[in-house]
Amino acid sequence: MIEIADASLVDWSRAQFALTAMYHWIFVPLTLGITFILAFMETLYVKTGNEEWKKITKFWMTLFGINFAIGVATGIILEFEFGTNWSNYSWFVGDIFGAPLAIEGILAFFMESTFIAIMFFGWNKVGKKTHLLATWLTAIGANLSALWILVANGWMQNPVGMVFNPETARNEMNNFWDVLFSQTAVDKWLHVTSSGFVLASVFVIGVSAWYLLKNRELQLAKKSIVVASVFGLLSSVYLVWTGDNSSRTIANDQPMKFAALEGLYNGSEGAGLVAIGMFSSSETDPNNENLKDFSMKIEIPNILSYMAFLDWNAFVPGVNDLINGNEKYGYMSANEKIERGKVAITKLKEFKEAKKAGNDSLATALKTELTSAEFQNNNFKYFGYGYFTDTNDLIPNIPLTFYSFHIMVGLGFFFILLFILSLVYVWKGTFEKKKWVMKLAIISIPLVYIAQQAGWIVAEVGRQPWVVQDLMPTISAVTKISSGSVMLTFWLFAVLFTVLLIAELKIMFRQIKIGSKH
Amino acid sequence: MFENLSMLALQQYWWVLVSVLAALFVFLMFVQGGQTLLYTIGKTESEKTIILNTLGRKWEFTFTTLVTFGGAFFASFPLFYATSFGGAYWVWYAILFVFVIQAVAYEYRKKPSNFLGAKTFEIFLVINGLLGTILIGTAVGTFFNGAMFSLNDMNQVQWQTPFRGLEAVLTIHNVALGLAVFFLSRILGLLYFIFTVDNETIVTRSRKQMLVDTALFLVFFLYFLIWLILKEGFAVNAETGVVSMEKFKYLHNLLQMPLVLMILLVGVVGVLWGIISTVFMNSLKGFIFAGTGTVLTVLALFFVAGFHNTAFYPSVYDLQSSLTIQNASSSKFTLIAMSYVSLLIPFVLAYIVYFWRAINRKKITDEEMQEESHVY
Ligand code: HDD
Ligand code: HEM
Ligand code: HEM
Repeated sequence: MIEIADASLVDWSRAQFALTAMYHWIFVPLTLGITFILAFMETLYVKTGNEEWKKITKFWMTLFGINFAIGVATGIILEFEFGTNWSNYSWFVGDIFGAPLAIEGILAFFMESTFIAIMFFGWNKVGKKTHLLATWLTAIGANLSALWILVANGWMQNPVGMVFNPETARNEMNNFWDVLFSQTAVDKWLHVTSSGFVLASVFVIGVSAWYLLKNRELQLAKKSIVVASVFGLLSSVYLVWTGDNSSRTIANDQPMKFAALEGLYNGSEGAGLVAIGMFSSSETDPNNENLKDFSMKIEIPNILSYMAFLDWNAFVPGVNDLINGNEKYGYMSANEKIERGKVAITKLKEFKEAKKAGNDSLATALKTELTSAEFQNNNFKYFGYGYFTDTNDLIPNIPLTFYSFHIMVGLGFFFILLFILSLVYVWKGTFEKKKWVMKLAIISIPLVYIAQQAGWIVAEVGRQPWVVQDLMPTISAVTKISSGSVMLTFWLFAVLFTVLLIAELKIMFRQIKIGSKH
Repeated sequence: MFENLSMLALQQYWWVLVSVLAALFVFLMFVQGGQTLLYTIGKTESEKTIILNTLGRKWEFTFTTLVTFGGAFFASFPLFYATSFGGAYWVWYAILFVFVIQAVAYEYRKKPSNFLGAKTFEIFLVINGLLGTILIGTAVGTFFNGAMFSLNDMNQVQWQTPFRGLEAVLTIHNVALGLAVFFLSRILGLLYFIFTVDNETIVTRSRKQMLVDTALFLVFFLYFLIWLILKEGFAVNAETGVVSMEKFKYLHNLLQMPLVLMILLVGVVGVLWGIISTVFMNSLKGFIFAGTGTVLTVLALFFVAGFHNTAFYPSVYDLQSSLTIQNASSSKFTLIAMSYVSLLIPFVLAYIVYFWRAINRKKITDEEMQEESHVY
């Protein structure tokens, strides 16, 4: 029924989605944060009437405009890619997933694009206050668009608020608020937007530090650093806090992802947190009978249990517990889930056949069974597992997830330190003399981009092999098309986006070199 | 309030909303049309600057409307989204490609060190204007002429040609619509220049150019319209949902929905009046009439395609796979939830119009281009 596509098609489709999403994600977080920084600066301008603040606002606004254009260019592909490359997905869950995308367009994108126009072109056309309002609304609009797309993504991580309708062979929404306020979605929105604030703050401090090193634009640089350091410090503390909340949600709803991001093969009570670890390849090979943890690690005892369940001694399941099952702690084996999923798939097939054959009484009986609470809980919950035969396929890429997670977390603490340093030296008035802090700030710009990409690798690669957790495997979500076609579009966009990225970077660097004068 | 509506009423309500977005989008493609006139109307650098800035302040609306159209279609008729986008793969990617290159072009064209050179970004804009309009018109043509797909019992699409949608260009009727949209968007672009630019040369040139584009528009549009009225259409049996061919289906639709016929006629007259008043009566406000006329005309065409028991996305390969507003829609729950969201649309439109006018209050002049801090 649901046909399983060939591997190369799935791989190319995934590669293409990853490529386009990651390109989009280069530009979006700067928008999320810098629009607020612009709003702060312009507020200072309106409050103090100091023309210097207006000049500063306009300078960062120019850089924002360059970033924004390519952010929009990369976004449109993503929106339609759900249809073009994941059409089976679009039908199977479109009833729920489509709604946030539509709301995003209606409520957020129009807001953003209307007020951006005022922001760029309205200086001499609308009043000071109206202009300020437009700048604030641009920032709010950008972060609202993040909300809706993350509700959509949160739902893929933790599908809630829907039931399966056998007649239409798809999932249908039955509670909008469950979808909107799911813990996963809320966590994601708070963590992602604050990560954008951090990125923009690092960006502003880094560029300003470069001016100070060059002994140029001193007013602009010093004033900008103050705004960005305060905003950055608050956001980065908040970022770590929301990230920690996210991991707790994952421990509950996506235990396999949690095991992956901690590289935990064998679960235990009072599990320790691996601060630094290295795998050797034989350890992560699923065909190795006894999957092991690390060849080298530095571990802090009991922290992981606390992180996951707020209990120093709680049991944290590892990959082996989730695959082989663990009766003592109540974890069902993957084989059992596969069996249960197969029953659900078979029942659905029988129902479809009965309908086709016009056997109404059988169809009604099967429908009653399919929609009963008991069946939903015992079988339908594992629907997606029915497509698997090899339990090893249920394990995501553990080293990639683990390393990405640890890079992100490490950098998260590093940025807090960076903001503290810059605030302290700004406070003392010695920032311009601390060459090493300025250099550190410049180097931090690429680092914050790395943390951003790493975060999404944790979220998306850690979710594999599911496109919708436990319901729909990625392999069955893909559009049926020749893999050559997808390969072609992949390269098309790889080349196009790379060319545009180069153009963007050159223009951006040049504008920074030019500075605040036109 | 929406809870009390029938499923069919909700589906119709959403078809109206999707149609409104489509209609606004076609109207807003005056930006695309205007881009194709860059070299025809703009001979000097400063004229080109004026043209690109008057368009450049609006391109995002067009773009965002396209994105929102996609999102709204996804939410309300997900089976169309899955079938058409997944099926007619190449057509949609071609369309997306030309919109990607547009999005950076305005901002980057004049910036120092832009790597590709101003000329390249101008060509991006021309390509976007040319292919964007023609391809979208051609794709909408398949609403009346059908496409080559079938759906299996899990409602998954299989496309039946290796061209994945590009075969639509082999049907002259589709292409006629594509070209009609193209020339219409150029007409709207010219009218927009006249409406917003304070520059004698540009206005005079635009008036002159209008005649050529109008003549070509009429050829393709009338061909499309007449053939539409004469051709067989895809009828749906209201009880059984079975799809069959019906002679003069679209003519029947127009006659049996007099309101739609009226909208169509008023729309066409509006477009023509906008042109005539500009060319022969020296009006500067033709854009408003032609714009309103465009919205109404497209609205009427979408109503003809989707209402009155018609399959709006028919399959010529397997008639029974054709999509109708009934079989392609979301569940009742989702439609109701989204309908509540739709109550905010008037509010969104209101602030868009308000701020649009704030920006357009003064006409664009050469002097402004010299003084303004953010110039494309
Ligand atoms: C500046 C970037 C940045 C930094 C420093 C951090 N994060 Fe993060 N993180 C992101 C940027 C990010 C992100 C790119 O925004 C992600 C990707 C998906 C998401 O929801 O947010 C993310 C995802 C993400 C996830 C996976 C969410 C999911 O799978 O749904 C977890 C568990 C954390 N983060 C936890 C943390 C912790 C505990 C951090 C610090 C101590 C941290 N993050 C710092
Ligand atoms: C918030 C909305 C997002 C949604 C709904 C979403 C959805 C998806 C889908 C449908 C896939 C394809 C199936 C798969 O292989 O997993 C995917 C894959 C992927 N996405 Fe996302 N994504 C979102 C955001 C992002 C962002 C912003 C990024 C990165 C910057 C990202 C990174 C990836 C990566 C790396 C993959 C490939 C996973 C793999 O190779 O296994 N995603 N995502
Ligand atoms: C994979 C899922 C995603 C899709 C389908 C998508 C879609 C889009 C589209 C179509 C645009 C252009 C909008 C316009 O016309 O103005 C856009 C821009 C934008 N998107 Fe995404 N997006 C995705 C992921 C994300 C994520 C995860 C976030 C934030 C957390 C985000 C935030 C934004 C923002 C702020 C913009 C404004 C442009 C910019 O500055 O980059 N998007 N997106």
